[in-house]
Amino acid sequence: MTNHYIDLKNSDVILIMGSNAAEHHPIAFKWILRAKEQNGARLIHVDPRYTRTSARCDYHVPLRSGTDIAFLGGMIHYILTNKKEFRDYVVNYTNASFIVSEDFYFKDGLFSGYDSKARKYSKDTWVFEKDAKGIPVRDMTLTHPRCVFQLLKKHYSRYTMEKVSSITGVSKEDLTKVYAEYSATGVKDKAGTVCYALGWTHHTTGSQIIRTMSIIQLLLGNMGICGGGVNALRGEPNVQGSTDHCILYGNLPGYLKMPVASQDTLTKYIEKCTPKSSDPQSANYYQNYPKFFVSFLKSMFHDKATKENGFGYSWLPKMDDGAAYSLMHLFDEMYKGKIKGLFAVGTDPSVSSPNTAKVRKALENLDWLVGENIFDNETYCFWKGPGVDPAKVKTEVFLLPASASMEKEGSQSNSGRWVQWKYKAAEAPGDAIPVGEITIKILDAVRALYAKEGGKCPDPILNLKWDYKDSKGRFDVLKVAKQINGHFLKDTVIEDKAKGTKTEFKKGQLVPTFDMLADDGSTASGNWIMAGSFDAAGNNKMMKRGKDDPTGLGLYPNWSFAWPVNRRIIYNRASCDLNGKPYNPKRKLLEWTGETWVGDVPDGPWPPQADKQKGKYPFIMKPDGLGALFGPGMAEGPFPEHYEPLEGPLSKNPLSGQLINPAIKFFNSDLDKVANADAKFPYVCTTYSCTEHWCSGALTRWQAWLLEAMPELYVEIGEPLAKEKGIQNGERVRVSSVRGNVECVAMVTKRFRPFLVEGKTVHQVGLPFNYGWLHPKDGGDSTNFLTPTVGDANTFCPEYKAFMVNVTKL
Amino acid sequence: MEITRRGFLTLSGALGSGVALSSLGVDLGPAKAYAAEINKMQRVMAARQVTTVCCYCSVGCGLICSVDRNTGKIFNIEGDPEHPINEGSLCAKGAGFFDLTEANKYRLRKVLYRAPMSDRWEEKNWDWALERIARLVKDTRDKGFVTRNAKGELVNRCETIGHLGSSNVDNEECWLMSVACRSMGLVYIDHQARV
Repeated sequence: MTNHYIDLKNSDVILIMGSNAAEHHPIAFKWILRAKEQNGARLIHVDPRYTRTSARCDYHVPLRSGTDIAFLGGMIHYILTNKKEFRDYVVNYTNASFIVSEDFYFKDGLFSGYDSKARKYSKDTWVFEKDAKGIPVRDMTLTHPRCVFQLLKKHYSRYTMEKVSSITGVSKEDLTKVYAEYSATGVKDKAGTVCYALGWTHHTTGSQIIRTMSIIQLLLGNMGICGGGVNALRGEPNVQGSTDHCILYGNLPGYLKMPVASQDTLTKYIEKCTPKSSDPQSANYYQNYPKFFVSFLKSMFHDKATKENGFGYSWLPKMDDGAAYSLMHLFDEMYKGKIKGLFAVGTDPSVSSPNTAKVRKALENLDWLVGENIFDNETYCFWKGPGVDPAKVKTEVFLLPASASMEKEGSQSNSGRWVQWKYKAAEAPGDAIPVGEITIKILDAVRALYAKEGGKCPDPILNLKWDYKDSKGRFDVLKVAKQINGHFLKDTVIEDKAKGTKTEFKKGQLVPTFDMLADDGSTASGNWIMAGSFDAAGNNKMMKRGKDDPTGLGLYPNWSFAWPVNRRIIYNRASCDLNGKPYNPKRKLLEWTGETWVGDVPDGPWPPQADKQKGKYPFIMKPDGLGALFGPGMAEGPFPEHYEPLEGPLSKNPLSGQLINPAIKFFNSDLDKVANADAKFPYVCTTYSCTEHWCSGALTRWQAWLLEAMPELYVEIGEPLAKEKGIQNGERVRVSSVRGNVECVAMVTKRFRPFLVEGKTVHQVGLPFNYGWLHPKDGGDSTNFLTPTVGDANTFCPEYKAFMVNVTKL
Repeated sequence: MEITRRGFLTLSGALGSGVALSSLGVDLGPAKAYAAEINKMQRVMAARQVTTVCCYCSVGCGLICSVDRNTGKIFNIEGDPEHPINEGSLCAKGAGFFDLTEANKYRLRKVLYRAPMSDRWEEKNWDWALERIARLVKDTRDKGFVTRNAKGELVNRCETIGHLGSSNVDNEECWLMSVACRSMGLVYIDHQARV
């Protein structure tokens, strides 16, 4: 989230799209309802299915799964045609005025630079014109035919009401209603926000859906303000933290980039990863990248990381250039027999990964599997699953008992970036210990073997700083938390020239902010964005429980710690005009007094943009300092474009000759079948959760109260389709895709209504994804037998939300 | 934490609902429930109270665990009324948080091991399991280690071991896993954040 949960109450229009917040984030929904109660906010729900969220919103607009970009692209078209944009904001705080290279073009669904063989773009033409100093050329009138604003206008001019309605199945009346209400927030004293969830990310175009909304928020001046932003309602208790610490192939803690093979030296890596800007008004905060990266290496290898050995850079594994190693790649390689061992910690991929049949077959190829969890699940037990003969499975499996959340101390980060401390309430049962302790002990044992026997590349294992146990040999969570925050590794004097102060820090003292990290090896920080979670005296800010709210906006600056540097709303300088005066005085998030900023922790101390000498642009993490309407970082183009899902009801994209996302990767095993616009699988299918179960159900299915409330798998079928198929409510049915099938109860409902798409009736059905064969015995198996192994072109987030099925009576 | 407003409110709520229910007359159930509530209330008031954060979605609701001072066991978990986000309220899953404690009979309590071709779990101790896992990790890593890729570039990676998880453990545990994986040279590293 750019903002945070309580801030939802400050909004005037809340668009909930790709989320069923009332059922999946009920407490977040309380703040959404409060916006309605207190501000008279309008609540709009756009979703294929009518849910409890729809019931509490002002109205519900059904759209066909996988057509979100068309829907939102139509909104951009509406905003620009009707001049609803917040002009001052767009001109000053976005790259709307930048002139794009004359070699850039878009034609029939493809941008310039496409290589159809590699299914990849060269981004050489997705660049801005620069002046002699290297600063992007701007046309502040936004009239230059190649300025971003005009290109944006041209790109979305194709997204007419007729076209969008025909693609999405949404009536023109509904489109107009949503567009008009939402774009009315493009003024100084109104805030519009969006709440999204897996309904946006689970698509081959997921990242671009979110970017389309980001463009809308920039056009309407809704970024960086109270009640605004782009807000992901994320689905796991510490998914923000696990992402921040990057247990992900492509990044190291703090979103530092995982090195690739061609970056064979630290110097080359730093050169490639540190963005440059020639514009003196751009803070380009990532110019500090070397400090964050070297401090991370020091946190890993401590004294063993020296200037001479590149701080141990060569010990880090390197990915092949352009290669990816995501969950889907992992199971693809496992299916081919190339992966021999797997750790599966607090996870149940045998239920939750796409194309379950392939995943379960792949597991049989493992030599060993180590599971760590509080309950058994379908992954750890795969060797005795349906249709598997244990006598033919060679895998050695370890299932290690873990402490539950309330049985251990540590911090958890919510979607609003609040890092909250939790305490240990009781001992874990039996031999269970915290996952942190299991990790320490396994690596201790591996290190002992390397110390004794030697082996391949032992340096990174033996040189790792790994002393996170207390005197009793147990996991010392505070030691780790402090290592993540970071330390001074020698006595240091920090001079603040602006304030004219000098502060002394002793060797071993905690670093109070990431501003003080250094690239010379004199500081260590396990994750730079968490520097400041402790103060220099060692006080743990994550433990804070202060309830004061000086702005009255619900920022609660003394409750826990929010990264970065306790900033509660990021990009907050954009809530003020060029002179630092709040656009909306009623929700004064930040204000420049002439000397300093007052309110939330500002995005940097610099004066506002109007000060041409010292002032900075508001989007400090972007090299150019401005919001990116034109976003060259994306895999499939700088402007989002509608493409159909990998499996959909259409054989032709109504907008172009390019049916599906041109940059997605195909997996080509014998179990990776696809059936697009196939009469055998005529219905659009989507998946979701329910209030009582959580994700794969691997925790909640073991709880009698929750299971009683939601005991088994079902498929929701609209009344017209049920009538057509002769299916009665409560009857058992088989739902099948080209990859597999599941048997479940039919729930005949008014919640799904057919769509009119390209002049034809298209039915959609949906199933929850919370069930597996292990428990309960008659609850049904994984919905992911139906889903394809395909993901977003940027993130490889699987396309669970739009694929094609058939439904038959059993 | 001392019982103040929260205790008072809960107690008065219990009294109110108890009286209302028992006034309906015939059924003894409400009266029993009322007595049980009073009993539980006394235990809550005498308990050690420990704050925690919900382990389901990412809203970060606060909860209070009541721990019996004699047994050290958790006997009640409820929403933290002082928490600015949830203000004491919880969803169905959060309200059932107690069923994740050792009170749940399905909780894993022992190290379990399944041998090749076997059709059952067997109980093991930690030392045995750690030693065996370390052996398998080292042998797999050493056998499949890639020092240089096809282009001859130095890559120092292990492509034969994968690591999945987890966004349902604490930050400090996440960081340890992230770092441990890199020290072993793993590249197939992923978790729920992507799915």
